[in-house]
Amino acid sequence: MTIQLKFDLVRPDFRLTVDVEVPAHGVTALFGRSGCGKTTLLRCVAGLEPAVQGRLTVNGACWQDEARFLPAHRRPVGYVFQEGQLFPHLSVLGNLMYGYRRIAQDRRIVQPHDVAELLGLEALLERRITEISGGQRQRVAMGRALLTSPRILLMDEPLAALDEISKAEILPYFERLHEDLSVPVLYVSHAIEEVSRLADHMLFMEDGVIRAEGPLRELITRADLPLVHGEQASAVLIGNALSHLDDEHLSCIHLPGGMLYVPRIREPTGGVLRVRVLARDVSVARQPPLPSSILNCVECTIKEIIDDPHPGHCLLKLQLGDQYLLSRITQRSRRQLELALGDRVWASVKGVALT
Amino acid sequence: MLPDWIGPQDLAALWLTLKLAAVTTVVLLILGTPLALWLARTRSRFKLAVESVVALPLVLPPTVLGFYMLMLLGSQGPIQALGGPGLAFTFTGLVIGSVFYSLPFVVQPLQNAFASIGAGTMEAAACLRAGPWDRFFTVVLPLSQRGFLTAITLGFAHTVGEFGVVLMIGGNIPGETQVISIAIYDHVEAVDYASAHVLSGLLLGLSFLMLFSLYAINGRLKMVLP
Repeated sequence: MTIQLKFDLVRPDFRLTVDVEVPAHGVTALFGRSGCGKTTLLRCVAGLEPAVQGRLTVNGACWQDEARFLPAHRRPVGYVFQEGQLFPHLSVLGNLMYGYRRIAQDRRIVQPHDVAELLGLEALLERRITEISGGQRQRVAMGRALLTSPRILLMDEPLAALDEISKAEILPYFERLHEDLSVPVLYVSHAIEEVSRLADHMLFMEDGVIRAEGPLRELITRADLPLVHGEQASAVLIGNALSHLDDEHLSCIHLPGGMLYVPRIREPTGGVLRVRVLARDVSVARQPPLPSSILNCVECTIKEIIDDPHPGHCLLKLQLGDQYLLSRITQRSRRQLELALGDRVWASVKGVALT
Repeated sequence: MLPDWIGPQDLAALWLTLKLAAVTTVVLLILGTPLALWLARTRSRFKLAVESVVALPLVLPPTVLGFYMLMLLGSQGPIQALGGPGLAFTFTGLVIGSVFYSLPFVVQPLQNAFASIGAGTMEAAACLRAGPWDRFFTVVLPLSQRGFLTAITLGFAHTVGEFGVVLMIGGNIPGETQVISIAIYDHVEAVDYASAHVLSGLLLGLSFLMLFSLYAINGRLKMVLP
């Protein structure tokens, strides 16, 4: 099942031209700088841009082609706006139920009780919108969209307007959403941390066109894209098994070709897990390192050496099994270690973030 | 049984005035709401022209408006020339004149109320499966309550106080087109200051009461709505 998007939208100072197919499961990030057209693309999917030409097919159902344009209120989407856009004249409950009431009874897959529990809204239902915090508002906005039992969830930078504390508060709910619901998500963001934490697939946009598209793990380590150069450059690894060292309060994530220790997590033994490793947290050595306090050390192959915009730095793309790690090192280290493509090196990982 | 401090002719004028104001307000709400919605949302190049026409009665002397109305509705006017009924010096004619006269007082508060509802709020409602009418009744109406209240009060009160337009197109037919402001003028002309006092006081009290209620209710709504 896929979502096929083919759009052409011309504005006086901007043009969006997109022709792409994305999987109809998991989270697909629409990523790019402000003004690259990612929100506009999302609005085209929702039917909020009547001037757009093109075709849109979601799981075989055609929402737009040359002959038809399904208006926004007839598309089974859940849209979470950047600013929430809650109705100020309704309570939290009134907002949650606004869309639910407009869905035919036999199509209501998502139930109010479950959403209130999933998003931790039970205690807020009677509150007025003006009385709750920014993070709580975004949770209401999410719940309201979910309660229309959408076939696709569209999220436009739902965290952008929030401070760090509210973000930290809301992210776990997003991740639960990701795990508990099978509905595909298109997620607009310009924050790479957010995207690498949440997304499975990525559309990388620039100036109204899609410059690259594919699984997140591949795109964020691709040498020809700017994503590898930022401070937040990172790799995402999928662990295919998990075991616990209860007496040491650690868990092991087994990767093809290596193993990583992380603080004890609740995930059951054998579960699948995603971890994110920042490029600046990975150092390399020619020999297996001497005993050290750094727990995580894996043997990899140098797949690519990428020059960084910073003249003193370069990036190594390291192959570990069938996955990649990034390591940001100085050009001086590269020369001293005489690193070359295909070399085997030991990568020490200072920090592993669970996502 | 009539109270003795007000004559039957004055009572008829008072009743006619209230009836005229009520009918005019209803007509204005029906015509003004879609017009205000359009003005609040459109990017059409005609918007400025339409806005200016709507605001004209604010600056135009009522006699000018009334004169053109008379030309339009009178026996020499285009409506009668096209086989329409003669509307000058009738209640219907008064309503048509009053609708133009009070138009800005209804359209402007509504337009402001509609414009203050963000496009995003309406899009959110659409994405929650609300069609255009549904959106109007469940989002636009509740969020513009104060605008409607202001529009109704100002439209009604302004029509009650109308003089020049009515005099031009309605004449001064007691019981048919004689409204309270003209009745007052007549009493003053006839040096019947007592009757003029009664009617003027009545109008003053009525207007104050309407505005007072408007501000009181608006204040309370402000606490409920943002």
